[in-house]
Amino acid sequence: MNLSVEELRFMYRNQEVLQDISCTVEPGEVVAVLGPNGVGKTTLLKCLNRILRPKSGAVYLGDENLLGLDTLELARRIGYVPQRVETGRLTAFDAVLIGRRPHIGWDITERDLKVVDAVFRRLSMNHLRLSYIDEMSGGELQKVAIARALVQEPRILLLDEPTSNLDLKNQVDILEIIAHIVREHGIAVVMTMHDLNQALRFGNRFIFLKDRRIFLYGRGDEITPGVIQSVYGIPVIIDTIGGQPVVVPVRGRTG
Amino acid sequence: MHFEDGLVPEDYLAYIRKKSLWIAGGVFLLLILFVISISVGAVAIPLAEVLQTLFGQNISHKWDTIIWNIRLPQALTAVVAGAGLAAAGVAMQSILRNPLGSPFTLGIANAGAFGAAFAVIVLGTGQMHSTVANAVTISNPYLTTVMAFIFCLAATAVILLISKVKGASPEVMVLTGVAISSLFTAGTMFLQYFASDAQLAAVVFWTFGDVSRASWPELALMAVIVTAGAVFFTANRWNYNAIDAGDETAKGLGVKVERVRNIGMVVGALVTAVVVSFLGVIGFVGLVCPHMARRIIGDDQRYLIPASCVMGCILLLAADTAARIIVSPYVLPVAVLTAFLGAPVFVYLLVRGYRR
Repeated sequence: MNLSVEELRFMYRNQEVLQDISCTVEPGEVVAVLGPNGVGKTTLLKCLNRILRPKSGAVYLGDENLLGLDTLELARRIGYVPQRVETGRLTAFDAVLIGRRPHIGWDITERDLKVVDAVFRRLSMNHLRLSYIDEMSGGELQKVAIARALVQEPRILLLDEPTSNLDLKNQVDILEIIAHIVREHGIAVVMTMHDLNQALRFGNRFIFLKDRRIFLYGRGDEITPGVIQSVYGIPVIIDTIGGQPVVVPVRGRTG
Repeated sequence: MHFEDGLVPEDYLAYIRKKSLWIAGGVFLLLILFVISISVGAVAIPLAEVLQTLFGQNISHKWDTIIWNIRLPQALTAVVAGAGLAAAGVAMQSILRNPLGSPFTLGIANAGAFGAAFAVIVLGTGQMHSTVANAVTISNPYLTTVMAFIFCLAATAVILLISKVKGASPEVMVLTGVAISSLFTAGTMFLQYFASDAQLAAVVFWTFGDVSRASWPELALMAVIVTAGAVFFTANRWNYNAIDAGDETAKGLGVKVERVRNIGMVVGALVTAVVVSFLGVIGFVGLVCPHMARRIIGDDQRYLIPASCVMGCILLLAADTAARIIVSPYVLPVAVLTAFLGAPVFVYLLVRGYRR
């Protein structure tokens, strides 16, 4: 089922933040939302699962209008991993189990436990399940947060800066996990990112935001140095190293 | 997306079974303490005879009178109030996302104290008596209680109103609570400045929380409200767990965070208001018992809420028992002893860290 965003518009008080946002995301696709700080990447994600209420426009999953759904119903379809994840004196298993919230009635069932167990196995983090999250590293904590969104059994996963504050190995680990889940389960991922190179490597399609609007929504081969200069306001060259496109800013070199 | 190949996680079930055992152990300790609490005091009653009387045998008329009219309601009041304050405390800590959250963070205790001072000084419900047990009595306890309760609710209404206007953010709530408690403290001081000696003594006496003030009807009312509150908090345990993981995570999980905050705050305030109005200000229990429980059992609200309640019961009952024997035949108000007894235990738990 496609996720289609139609004419989405968001205002904060009287200020226009996003306007005329329309795009379609297909199952099994990773879409990276890119753009400078403060352009509204996080706002866009939050509008998709109604943490923020858009001023106008619609978000459809298949032919179902997501903005009209009850919040728990919505949470059974869209998983969300925010930038900031709080810790506490909980085991990883308990922390992930909270992700079953949209499915839990009065108490958890055996199925809830089985789903959490399956996700721990799927993400190869079985050894962590009884570790306390307040003793975990940033990378482990981010995996817990992603696992928590996965046990919602969503069809769409929204990730806000999933790799910020992680070292190189953990960045790649997290993005590989996401790519693997997307392939295996045919869910769609929309994620905001700052690191253009990681985005180019793991994304299938890219949304560049500029001046409250979508500047470009396209595949990797449509991203030119001109696009990046227009969006980020800095000249770059795009080269290929080891088969991967790499974006290098040139201002520092040419003075 | 579906995950149908999971197994029932035995290691995890063993882990949470241990938490249930801790709570069961706490309940067992509470029961023992309960019998001890009834047996000690100005007149000591042998433990066996306490049990026999409680199970309906008439050992002696004197024991019947002491147990059924004085000690049992007092012990039950300590249990109910301890559970209520601790449950309200643990909910506030989650709702306000603040480890210093307690039933009194929102200024409810100060509002109640102001209400009582207003009743005593302005409406004239306090006077001096010279009895051994109580130097001062409140001549119209019902009016005093009602005034305290009204002001508790007024404080809650103000915070609710402001959080409706400004959005239910923890910062706004906590800071409004600070403003409200200062305001009511100033109001109480203002009234006290113009009070007579007898009125002043009556106000101070009211402020020392004391579980011996409630008799059966008050106890019944308190028990109903505290039970309803505890059931409400328990029903919201998954919402509080989600909020503990961060507001945005909770919203992503479909939790209506603002609404959960506002309603939880009102329920917590109601529970606190009833306890404060009937018994006066009993500090420490609501703030610290949840943290004691956290150190032993962790932050999972499923276990934290019942564990905090049990801890609240134990601390308040132990403090009340100690208050009766420490300077016998005089009886100290329990509020004096909760911190004396609780602080060392709490510091020990802090230093030791979490149980692994």
